[in-house]
Amino acid sequence: MLSLKTLRVLLSLGATLLALAPAVGDEIRVTLDSAGNDELRVAVASNFAGAARALVQRFEESSGYHVLLAFGSTGKHYAQIRNGAPFDVFLAADAERPARLEQEGLAVAGSRFSYARGRVVLWSPREGFVDGEGAVLAKGAFRHLALPNPKLAPYGRAAEEVLSARGLLPSLRDRIVRGENIGQTYQFVMSGNAELGFVAYSQVRAPGRSAGGSLWEVPRELYTAIDQQALLLVDSEAGRAFLGFLRSDAARRIIEAFGYGSGDAPC
Amino acid sequence: MLNAADLSALSITLKLALLTTLILILIGTPLAWWLARTRVRFKPVIEAVVALPLILPPTVLGFYLLIALGPRGPIGRLMEALGGRPLAFTFAGLVIGSVSYSLPFVVQPLQGAFTAVGRRPLEVAATLGASPMDRFLTIAVPLARPGFLTAAVLGFAHTVGEFGVVLMIGGNIPGKTQVLSIAIYDHVETLEYAHAHTLAGGLLLLSFLLLLAVYTLNRRFRMV
Repeated sequence: MLSLKTLRVLLSLGATLLALAPAVGDEIRVTLDSAGNDELRVAVASNFAGAARALVQRFEESSGYHVLLAFGSTGKHYAQIRNGAPFDVFLAADAERPARLEQEGLAVAGSRFSYARGRVVLWSPREGFVDGEGAVLAKGAFRHLALPNPKLAPYGRAAEEVLSARGLLPSLRDRIVRGENIGQTYQFVMSGNAELGFVAYSQVRAPGRSAGGSLWEVPRELYTAIDQQALLLVDSEAGRAFLGFLRSDAARRIIEAFGYGSGDAPC
Repeated sequence: MLNAADLSALSITLKLALLTTLILILIGTPLAWWLARTRVRFKPVIEAVVALPLILPPTVLGFYLLIALGPRGPIGRLMEALGGRPLAFTFAGLVIGSVSYSLPFVVQPLQGAFTAVGRRPLEVAATLGASPMDRFLTIAVPLARPGFLTAAVLGFAHTVGEFGVVLMIGGNIPGKTQVLSIAIYDHVETLEYAHAHTLAGGLLLLSFLLLLAVYTLNRRFRMV
């Protein structure tokens, strides 16, 4: 049996909830409705995290808009956006996924452009281990070579292309360990579990955060360019302003400082 | 329907889960027995450590393991000193990861079962002249049988469903460290949804049947 006191507590709790419900509903509507709002939600490929934070800081200072960044793999973001994830802008790690979204009518037509060009390096935290020609790969004095899963990450596909260009793929196959993304690949190498690995230049030589060690900057003709594209998903003033800013010289300087080739410039 | 890579992922998963369960029963039984009977002050500390994998995100556990197994980590250094090979990206490494990750799922049911047995039957056996080992093997273990069943199945099922730890220390090597959950993840990420459905459906069915078996058998034990 419920005591009178319990009943009263429950009733007042119910009343409070009822009173709160419309307010909560408004809150949700406001968060979901991006047009006419100063808040911009941007889905960003993990490899671009550092640069994106720096860019957003500059953009917020100059524009007064507020930007929320969600980091993740481009494949996952693509699936989320297709299933209604509330993002306004997509900064992908490749050109394929943004192109698909545009074709599928899930983005603002004609808003797609290249904002950065990824650079692949072969890196080891050990000084002098990786030479400037990548000859270390053929010598094979290592137990594990880490690279991002080529099926999932453009940097992984590029790494695989480099290995096949050198004819090393068959002989190294048993020693390759695959990270889910470049962040994980970096962990494999940084922790010493793999002696060396293919990662993004931006990961090991970011401004103010150099990871040290030795690296080989892989020549661009050895792999298909990693063309990272941006896309406006929901048309809004804030979204257009952000993409406009991404093309500006100020933004380009930041992007290049983080070790990327700038997008639409010829390389 | 299933290709060679999927089948090898399945066999690695089952092998990993079986081995992990076996090891966990072997080390979990004495640990649970001790926890159920000890009155030492620091018992809550040990209990908290055992329960930690329940709370820690698997990727955190996996990250610490990756560091620990590495050449500069404590386990990595120990392995090197013993003349062994580093354990990350190997099946043995996965076993270590799974044992840590599934520990509470085996220890807690066992501890509960041993506690439920109580001191009484054991004291009676002692007065009849049974040695401690004798009491443990012929009184405690048979009485705690439902606990063993629950522990084994939960340990097994939890290892089958493991993802984060393997992702962190496995290196996703087909035929060596690529388990079922990782294979499913890869299929989903590369938009091979039909393939992912087949594997995921199979895993779902397997997990359900396992749990169904535990609960059915447990009920029978209780009726006996």
